[in-house]
Amino acid sequence: MIANFGVVLGEWRALSTGFVNTIWICALAGVLSLLLAVFVSMLLVSPQGAVRRTAQGAVDVLRALPFLVLLFIVYYCLPAIGLRLSAWTCGLAGLVVYNTAYFAEILRGAWAHLPREQEEAGRAFGYSGLGLYRRIILPQILIAAGPVLGNQMITLVKNSAFLMVITIPDLTFMANQVQAIYFVPFESLLVAVALYWVICSGIEWVVRAMDRVALVRGHE
Amino acid sequence: MAWHSLLSELAKGTLTTLTVSIAGIAVGMVVGLALALVRVGRVPIAAPAITAYISVVRATPMVTLALLVYFGLPSVGLGMSPLVAAIATIAINTSVFQAEIWRASLLDFPRGQTDAARAAGMTRAVVFRRIVFPQVWRASLPPLVNELSLVVKGSPAVAVIGVVDLTRVAVRWTTQTYEPITPFLSAGAIYVVCVMCLLRLQRYTERRIVERYGIL
Repeated sequence: MIANFGVVLGEWRALSTGFVNTIWICALAGVLSLLLAVFVSMLLVSPQGAVRRTAQGAVDVLRALPFLVLLFIVYYCLPAIGLRLSAWTCGLAGLVVYNTAYFAEILRGAWAHLPREQEEAGRAFGYSGLGLYRRIILPQILIAAGPVLGNQMITLVKNSAFLMVITIPDLTFMANQVQAIYFVPFESLLVAVALYWVICSGIEWVVRAMDRVALVRGHE
Repeated sequence: MAWHSLLSELAKGTLTTLTVSIAGIAVGMVVGLALALVRVGRVPIAAPAITAYISVVRATPMVTLALLVYFGLPSVGLGMSPLVAAIATIAINTSVFQAEIWRASLLDFPRGQTDAARAAGMTRAVVFRRIVFPQVWRASLPPLVNELSLVVKGSPAVAVIGVVDLTRVAVRWTTQTYEPITPFLSAGAIYVVCVMCLLRLQRYTERRIVERYGIL
């Protein structure tokens, strides 16, 4: 068993490639979906009923769908209607779309908990529309929702392991390849598990820091 | 291939998905309660070991865990069929989350009640069976039902180790007919309906428990 770990560590190049790929695709997907979610959250509180209901319906369906199924729909169904994308683009698009639904719902929830007076005071000072949202509402809901968004990032990292199914060389894919070549399945996948733990612990550390900031700023 | 053949395949896949999820969650519930009891009881050595174990498993993606269980465990002498490996994967994954649910409600339990029961002469086992458990499960039930919907959403991971669940039925149909849209959108719709029903069930159990026993 110790010898097998030696074999796995000898393949550190392959594993670190997977490790780095998992980190950057998750980071990129996280940033893109946060930007999109800010936009979608505005639709979720739109005064126009039709817009609000459509957006909420889409978010609810996405949140009830398993990530792998969404990934397959992007990977197999889009080419069938004439849209050919690379595996990387499909993977990133899948992660972004799926995560946006969760982020948007989290932001909507934080917005609903924001005291009405904040918005009213902003309006009294002459803020309106986008300016009101960008300067008064968004900073506060981001601070309040920060820890929850962080926990959702952990879910995003765990969902990213599904990308191996569409041949993206992420951490799980590379660990699976090492195990298949040298037949060291237990050791190789255990190292992958340890590396996932490192990523998620890093995010958790950030979440705790954000928790303190939210508490100082008076958000529960 | 005719559409009714796809329909019967999808039905079989749904049944497999639900069977694997429910079996996994049932095993995970018992294991989770055991893990929580050891942690809350501060058993030396075992409690910190379980804390570390929970931290690691919580960070492990379901696919990685499925591969580890199915391909990895045979090399340390624990070989199993894909179906058993699938149930084990889900049980291992959900047990650590359920342990946290049980632990939260165990830590919330009023100390005065256990003290009174001990003073009345009950052993610790009897206190747990007669006083603690009948009250703790009520607070744990809604989050446990919520966990079931999370498990159904994570269950496609078992398709990777060859279990013909709902997702794999759609994949298989696509590779045989070169027509992806119908099978994947149907499978997706079935998942959405299942998960939404489970969310309804969660709200219903919450309401029933509040109606029957007052506040959670």
